[in-house]
Amino acid sequence: MTLLAPLGALGRAVLTFMATVGRVSIFAARALSHIFRPPWYPRELFSSLLTIGWLSLPVVGLTAIFTGGALALQIYAGGARFNAEAVVPQIVAIGMVRELGPVLVGLMIAARVTSSIAAEIATMKVTEQIDALTTLSTNPMKYLVAPRVLAALITVPLLVGIGDIIGIAGGFGVAVHSLDFNPATYLMNTVNFLETRDVVSSLAKGAAFGLIAALMGCFYGMESGRGAQGVGRATKGSVEAAAVLILAANFVLTGVFFSI
Amino acid sequence: MIRMEGVTKTFGDHAVLRGVDLNVEKGTSMVIIGGSGTGKSVALKCILGLIRPDRGKILVDGTETTTGDRDAFLARFGMLFQGAALFDSLPVWQNVAFRLLRGSLKRPQAEAREIAIEKLRRVGLKPDVADKLPAELSGGMQKRVGLARAIAAEPEIIFFDEPTTGLDPIMAGVINDLIREIVVEMGATAMTITHDMSSVRAIADNVAMLHDGVIKWTGPVAEMDQSGDPYLDQFIHGRAEGPIQAVR
Repeated sequence: MTLLAPLGALGRAVLTFMATVGRVSIFAARALSHIFRPPWYPRELFSSLLTIGWLSLPVVGLTAIFTGGALALQIYAGGARFNAEAVVPQIVAIGMVRELGPVLVGLMIAARVTSSIAAEIATMKVTEQIDALTTLSTNPMKYLVAPRVLAALITVPLLVGIGDIIGIAGGFGVAVHSLDFNPATYLMNTVNFLETRDVVSSLAKGAAFGLIAALMGCFYGMESGRGAQGVGRATKGSVEAAAVLILAANFVLTGVFFSI
Repeated sequence: MIRMEGVTKTFGDHAVLRGVDLNVEKGTSMVIIGGSGTGKSVALKCILGLIRPDRGKILVDGTETTTGDRDAFLARFGMLFQGAALFDSLPVWQNVAFRLLRGSLKRPQAEAREIAIEKLRRVGLKPDVADKLPAELSGGMQKRVGLARAIAAEPEIIFFDEPTTGLDPIMAGVINDLIREIVVEMGATAMTITHDMSSVRAIADNVAMLHDGVIKWTGPVAEMDQSGDPYLDQFIHGRAEGPIQAVR
């Protein structure tokens, strides 16, 4: 009996995991289907666009500019070991656009937006506001979930694009002011080196990460338990799940776009 | 008008409703009483379809609640939640007029606002409350806004979930009087769940006592004190000793 206990625990963990995957998949399918089916709530969508997109700009910009600057310094120092300091513009560009831009923006959105969505919806659930919505003939999936998911799908790729540009600008600033790079040459090398595929992959990753971030916030919020502890668990769980799924999706998408 | 037949509901291994039978006549006010955790809220939520019962039937005007157009069904109801359940992000008037700003009952914004202010006035709140956020109001005012929202679309059936919980006795009395007035004035069918015996006497035409997952006693409020039912007797007199265990 004692010997079988760990196996039993493992089985329960696997079953719980599979059940969660199933529930998340059904939730995602329902959320996406509600985006395309009326009624729509434009005011809720506009509010979500503002909260997820516009209000995330400062944190995304600051993250990107410092990362781009640090990246330039690291590449310069590393490249100096084999006389390859001149590759700073190219590596900063490719590093920001292909990987760091989308991943860092995705993680920042998970920290800022996923947590906020989960806490807000979980609090609404605990205070019976979700039930109130239903009694007022309003489907919570349409009113709360669909606008947030659509807003994230629209704004996060834009944030990634902006983050890429600001990150490259950070690298440019450091390279020109501290590492004595010629500004015109730096910019020319950056632009000439980047391919359409790099930019497309960056924006596609942004859309995928935005979808994950919003879905996890909504899912954990709607599945929240009772009381303050339930809200806390939902918030923590949503950020953990979003961060891990974003990194996993990044790996898969990188393989899809760049595997030879 | 509302009929529950053998309704059961279990959460995990805890049977909350074990076969509830209840009949609420049109235009009357039914108050369900019972201890905490006896399933009063679950019963109301089963009628609204917020919780799906495991077994049994719930009929409104002879039609099962699980059939037909859900929006049309819900449009017949108004509900005052225990904590008012106002939407934090919306000003008071938009909370009250929520149903009138969207869906099948949608009205022009100016008209919806006018109706909201009229309903706020009906529950004793001044028009300047309309543009405040719910967080700026006291508990009693939030309850009144919740009441205004419940009656905004003039529903046929109104549910009140613990309408006086957390209020001082004077505010509780004001809410009780408002509920009674509104129900009589609108000719609505009302179902209220409460622990508060002063609410029961102020609001009820009929009373049902829910205990151990079943209706132990039901009858007119005037007969409540002479029911002879030991469960009801213990509950309405708040005695620690009797068939209902004080520690459950």
